[in-house]
Amino acid sequence: MTGPLHGISILLRRELLLSFRRPDQLLQPLVFFLIVTTLFPLGLSVQLSLLREMAPGVLWVAALLSSLLSLESLFKSDADDGTLEQMALSGQSLTVIVAGKAVAHWLVSGAALVVISPVVGTALAIPASAFGTMMVSLALGTLTLSWLGAIGAALTVGLKRGNVLLSLIVLPLAMPLLIFGAGATDRAISGTSAAGALYWLGALCVLTCTLAPFAATAALRITLE
Amino acid sequence: MWTWFYRLASPPFVYRVAATLTPWFLGLAALTIGYGVIDGLAFAPPDYQQGDAFRIIYVHVPAAWLSTFCYTIMAAAGAVALIWRIKVGHAVAAATAPIGASFTLLALVTGSLWGRPMWGTYWAWDPRLTSELILLFLYVGIMSLRPAFDDPARGDRAAALLSVVGVVNVPIIHYSVVWWNSLHQGATVAKLGKPSIAGSMLWPLLSMFVGFMLFYGAVLCIRLRGEVLVRERQAAWVREAVKS
Amino acid sequence: MIRDGFWSMGGYARFVWPCFGAALAVLSWNLWAARRFLAAARRRSVRVMAMAESER
Repeated sequence: MTGPLHGISILLRRELLLSFRRPDQLLQPLVFFLIVTTLFPLGLSVQLSLLREMAPGVLWVAALLSSLLSLESLFKSDADDGTLEQMALSGQSLTVIVAGKAVAHWLVSGAALVVISPVVGTALAIPASAFGTMMVSLALGTLTLSWLGAIGAALTVGLKRGNVLLSLIVLPLAMPLLIFGAGATDRAISGTSAAGALYWLGALCVLTCTLAPFAATAALRITLE
Repeated sequence: MWTWFYRLASPPFVYRVAATLTPWFLGLAALTIGYGVIDGLAFAPPDYQQGDAFRIIYVHVPAAWLSTFCYTIMAAAGAVALIWRIKVGHAVAAATAPIGASFTLLALVTGSLWGRPMWGTYWAWDPRLTSELILLFLYVGIMSLRPAFDDPARGDRAAALLSVVGVVNVPIIHYSVVWWNSLHQGATVAKLGKPSIAGSMLWPLLSMFVGFMLFYGAVLCIRLRGEVLVRERQAAWVREAVKS
Repeated sequence: MIRDGFWSMGGYARFVWPCFGAALAVLSWNLWAARRFLAAARRRSVRVMAMAESER
């Protein structure tokens, strides 16, 4: 029996391999992210200074929504062809499998968002001095979101209208992330210390990363049975 | 003592006892709420700062308290049902959800109406108001998740898990006024020791607290009987119980 | 009635009375909906048992 870290890395490799074989599925959430962030300045036709004020919120809402988009497929394809049940039946710990999937999801969506966020930030008139805080807050927030989303995806796998329910479940849980993440970026833009908000984000991240694996595993056991 | 505990897990026992308790809960609730409303509206002296607008406290604060109280019960009942596989727990959780959601809505509405004269705005995105709104969304999510499954037992378990995950929000609501600079005022009643509110204003408030909780007990008993019936349709005891 | 300005609530009537009205509405709805739910559950149980009887 492989140890947990080894198990996670095997699963990570599998998930990443599968994801990269469907590059369009990889890119879609990122493109969605870019499009949504464009919608706000287009729709509101604001001056640069006002844009800078809304930028953190817009960035974060877009990140939330595009992460949600890719969450639906977290368990879906494996559940559809029965692989998920095989994984549950295999001697391997289901928590390890869930952890592998959640981390893979974050690498592919959240981490990717962090990488392209400077581009989007510039488009939203965020000053480069705030980029550091922005990227750290996005990294912490999207990691937390991947885990919250894993719980939601596990609860709704196989349901009709599962994607609507998924959003309904995950978004209220993700609201504190939005508040602190946008708050941190906001403070960085205005020059004050974002440390408080970042600490809160970090605390939420740690809390979620430690507890969510068990919640998501329990959820999978309930929905798979 | 443990036999009493075991009986709590028995659906026919719960069905019978709930029927007996309902009129008591309802009667006591009517008395305490009636006293609270009359004393609070007519006899409590007006607040020196807010005048008569402060009387909204007599519905707003008990409603808000009940919104988190019900959520906690719902999550606890769900957890008990998940861990010890006691189906009655799911029935309690399912029965409590709409009650708690309605009180959350009441808290938000009355709070908004109170905010206008007190702070000049119907709404503010401050931590307590926001987390109470999140609570409403959590209730809606849980109530939507439960019926989404073909197998109702599975729906019960999924909803129970979700309510446990969301229980993190409850301490955030309570402590938001402590942790952050909030528009919303801090604790006046729940402070141990001397509450910072006058006695003549306090008694009707306490009565409303008790009254709302008794009322919750009454409505819970009614709903619980329905939820138990729904989950035990084929059982033999149902035949006897429903005939009467 | 009881005091001067009981109904006008010191000028805040349009905030105070809707609050108490909303509370009354929520309490009434809870009782009504719960009773309705229980009655429907009982009717369904009776129906299910009648069907089970007739199948025997």
